[in-house]
Amino acid sequence: MDTDQVIGVKGLTKRFAAVTAVDGLDLDVRRGEVFGLLGQNGAGKTTTIQLLLGLTVPDAGDVAVLGLPLASRRREILARVNFSSAYVAMPSNLTVLENLTVFALLYGVRRPRKRIMELLELLEIPDTARRVCGGLSSGQLTRANLCKALINDPELLFLDEPTASLDPAIAAKVRRTLKQIRQERGVTLVYTSHNMREVEEMCDRVVFLRQGRAAAQGSPAQVRQQAGRASLEEVFIDLAEQGRG
Amino acid sequence: MWLRVWALFLRYVYLHKRSVVRTMEIFFWPVMNLLLWGFVSKYLGRLAGPGTVTYLLGGVVLWDLLYRSQHAVSLSITEEFWERNIVNLFAAPVRPVEIVLAACGVGFVRALVMTVSSAFIVYAAFGFNILAMGPSLGWFYLSLLVFGWAVGLFTMGLIFLFGRAAEGLIWGIPFLIQPLTAVFYPVDVLPAWLQPVALCLPSTYVFEGMRAALAHGTAPLDLLLRAAAGNGVFLVLGGVFFAWTLERVRVKGALARQAME
Ligand SMILES: Nc1ncnc2c1ncn2[C@@H]1O[C@H](COP(=O)(O)OP(=O)(O)OP(=O)(O)O)[C@@H](O)[C@H]1O
Ligand SMILES: [Mg+2]
Repeated sequence: MDTDQVIGVKGLTKRFAAVTAVDGLDLDVRRGEVFGLLGQNGAGKTTTIQLLLGLTVPDAGDVAVLGLPLASRRREILARVNFSSAYVAMPSNLTVLENLTVFALLYGVRRPRKRIMELLELLEIPDTARRVCGGLSSGQLTRANLCKALINDPELLFLDEPTASLDPAIAAKVRRTLKQIRQERGVTLVYTSHNMREVEEMCDRVVFLRQGRAAAQGSPAQVRQQAGRASLEEVFIDLAEQGRG
Repeated sequence: MWLRVWALFLRYVYLHKRSVVRTMEIFFWPVMNLLLWGFVSKYLGRLAGPGTVTYLLGGVVLWDLLYRSQHAVSLSITEEFWERNIVNLFAAPVRPVEIVLAACGVGFVRALVMTVSSAFIVYAAFGFNILAMGPSLGWFYLSLLVFGWAVGLFTMGLIFLFGRAAEGLIWGIPFLIQPLTAVFYPVDVLPAWLQPVALCLPSTYVFEGMRAALAHGTAPLDLLLRAAAGNGVFLVLGGVFFAWTLERVRVKGALARQAME
């Protein structure tokens, strides 16, 4: 078995009534890399992540995560994986510490209190521990959600627009932390973002989705080269315009 | 597994610790309801004889127990949608049954706190001692609690099925059950064609049993057994329905969408 493959997807397809959100997608994500899922609004990025977490059931295709079949070994996989999204929140009327305690227990983390404090330090928000989530700024909230996503020391981390709604300074800080974690723990990241400069900075490989299909993939440099463009941003705009044409 | 159930339960402990409104709610509605019915039955007692008071108040206390149990189960899960937390939960290695067990635990505690405080109030304000129902009271309590869980699971299933628009069912379904289940009057008051429906609800046997217990000190065993059997059936049906709708939601992708419109 290929032990360096963290995600193996073949022919993944998901239809919603009128739209085919993901259409025969193949993916091969390697251990330790940062993998970017890119594409326009509605291209199928979030749906792909949801399918990879088993939150949504695919119409067709095989998904293996960490070498295990998702359909039959889902809970085992989820214990070693985590997820954060700008559009998902922890309960707003609990404090950060309370919320993280609940998730630490859900993931069976040993010595939860110590782990939580380490993570809050790492993301530089220890002062939010006793504040309710509903009262935090979006920068603090995003970082609290990242603490939740790191609570089980995941081998694979899905980040759906982790830097959306962050100011540039905090976004840079979040990126730095993610790089650090990746270096220290070898965690694999699957990343979506609409900020192409960020993607070029962070990602080892990317796939551009268009209407649920892979329109281009490879390292950022390869993708730029194939398209004959100087930046991913230009590639993005090209692909978007082809899509319309 | 129990660690995760405890974690989910803890979430509601924190919630009640944080939210005064939420905690007051456990007491406020039942207390107002009790006072209202207490006075009504006092007045009716004057017109119709003293037994009326005990039947009505017994009905109110036990009905509230069923209502709160159902409520706690359906609300605790709906809450995760409101809070946009549902994806976090389902992306964690949590079994649906663990979520359900935690919700039932919340229902148990809320119903217990409510029943004990109501019991004190009706005793202090109207001189009605619910312990007059005798040892069957424990069985009544358990039966209504469990039926509340089952109805709560059905309610959740309907919300999964029809989306947020159906949230009103959390409050609506009990009102559908209340007139049918002979809370305040015996089944034979209902028109003949409705009686079979009433007899399908396990709670009906509890309320019939309650009146028997208030009159004679004990409830006939066959009523208690029928309530238990009915509860078993409803709990299984509720669980299966909930599981089925949850799976449908995963197919529709609505779990993650959360909008559930
Ligand atoms: N549960 C659902 N029911 C119906 N349609 C859906 C559902 N989820 C997604 N879609 C549709 O599938 C398509 C892909 O949506 P998806 O959210 O995956 O896009 P995305 O790439 O994440 O976009 P964005 O950049 O806006 O976040 C869209 O057309 C969307 O409307
Ligand atoms: Mg998206």
